Amino acid sequence: MGILVIAEHDGAEVKPHTLNTVAAAQAAGGDITVAVIGSGCKAAADAAAKIAGVSKVLVADSAEYDNQMAEAVAPAIVKMADGYDAVMAPANTFGKNVMPRVAALMDVQQISEVSAVLGDKTYERPIYAGNAIATVKSVEQVDVLTVRMTSFDAVAAEGGSAAIEEVGGTGGQDLSSYVGQSVTESDRPELTSAKIVISGGRGMQSGDNFAMLERVADKLGAAVGASRAAVDAGFVPNDYQVGQTGKVVAPDLYIAVGISGAIQHLAGMKDSKVIVAINKDDEAPIFQVADYGLVADLFEAVPALEAELG
Amino acid sequence: MKVLVPVKRVVDYNVKIRVKADQTGVETANVKMSMNPFDEIAVEQAVRMKEAGQAEEVIAVSIGPQQSQETIRTALAMGADRGILVQHDGEVEPLAVAKILKAVAEAEGPGVVLCGKQAIDDDANQTAQMLSALLGWPQATFVSKLEIGDGEATATREVDGGLETIKVKLPAVCSVDLRLNEPRYASLPNIMKAKKKPIDTKTPADLGVDPTPRLQTVKVVEPPPRQAGVKVADVAELVAKLRNEAKVIG
Repeated sequence: MGILVIAEHDGAEVKPHTLNTVAAAQAAGGDITVAVIGSGCKAAADAAAKIAGVSKVLVADSAEYDNQMAEAVAPAIVKMADGYDAVMAPANTFGKNVMPRVAALMDVQQISEVSAVLGDKTYERPIYAGNAIATVKSVEQVDVLTVRMTSFDAVAAEGGSAAIEEVGGTGGQDLSSYVGQSVTESDRPELTSAKIVISGGRGMQSGDNFAMLERVADKLGAAVGASRAAVDAGFVPNDYQVGQTGKVVAPDLYIAVGISGAIQHLAGMKDSKVIVAINKDDEAPIFQVADYGLVADLFEAVPALEAELG
Repeated sequence: MKVLVPVKRVVDYNVKIRVKADQTGVETANVKMSMNPFDEIAVEQAVRMKEAGQAEEVIAVSIGPQQSQETIRTALAMGADRGILVQHDGEVEPLAVAKILKAVAEAEGPGVVLCGKQAIDDDANQTAQMLSALLGWPQATFVSKLEIGDGEATATREVDGGLETIKVKLPAVCSVDLRLNEPRYASLPNIMKAKKKPIDTKTPADLGVDPTPRLQTVKVVEPPPRQAGVKVADVAELVAKLRNEAKVIG
């Protein structure tokens, strides 16, 4: 009995969203086991064992899990899940990719993007881009869940001393293979875990103009994001996108610059603690969710903001 | 090869969502319905594959009430060749959808199944991965670029850190992301032609699938509204309020 949390890791380290997922597991109650599945992931397993509140780490370190292809990892999770009350992974592209595959193999109807754990196999999740909140109850033997990270405060990465147990591989697969990746390099904090986010929309007019936001971001220690319109226009790469179909963020401070506030975008940021909107259109829907609205031309307001921050 | 494209009838993305007073769900009566936008991208990709000589036939399949025929007609007007309606009133969860699609895929033998990455109603993002698992095929999710080769496909995936490229053996299931393409508008002649294209109607029972939902919906409510904020006069006032009132910057 207990909860199995699937760690997101890069072999050496456990990624921060794992800590939010452990927090969701704590809300469900019971012993927490973290599964580390990869090739050459002993260091990540050691890190997972230190996470506060974790009682056991299962590590499957085997060549077939290289690059963590879903076709290889899903059977490993299925094998480990036996006997647990629930299996949880973060609702980021890692968890979204692999967990439905796990659920189907187990003949379980997954619950996606869980935003609250209510107990008694009952969970809340946003639907319709966060315009409605559904409460659903599972009757499955083992619940398979992805967890909305911003809804659960991360547990401490240190302080635990869980036992590490090695489990064997589940066999190779030749269905898919990894070719490569192009990762956006940045010295700024990661979008989904930053305390402050400044995002630009179509009003930025070009990718070059995002340099203005970057200068403000560097003064605030903030991450830079964008609306779907700005990404679709090619101003910035896809991984900047905040919204229903991009990343969901909930920082202490979210500054929306030149963003009208489409439902799509609001779904990704409206749980931020404080929202600032800078837009020249005083009718823009973004002002309906903003704590502080500034009706101004962003090309004057953003440099002024940079100067004011000193 | 054949390309199978599942298309879902959903509340149009421009419609303001209203939760039913009895908290059983979202109001869908007398509301404009459209094809799920991600599925439009999948249809577009399939039609482009046909135009490029990579596919012989594009089959659109929808699971839902009788009116889901309209969604299939939209796909046919965009260039799909024929449709399959698996008729069922009431909710069908992603696992049951995947089981139905598995039966359709086994009967049709497509080289690729192209799914939208998520539907904008339940936002589940599960069907493609589940279908891939049930078929024992590879999956390429959140695809923003897709190249079909000899017996395999190369897919660029939108992941949290940027982009990832993988190869999958065919047949495969792909779920498409926003930036794969820009779906076309159907022309009037194509809309007329689409009316003559065949649509087969089946039921989940014909395909040996029980679509009864597995999850119980306890209630559906509106999210708590945000309190209205204030407008500030200038940047100086904004920064002062962020420092002294909200205390979110130093």
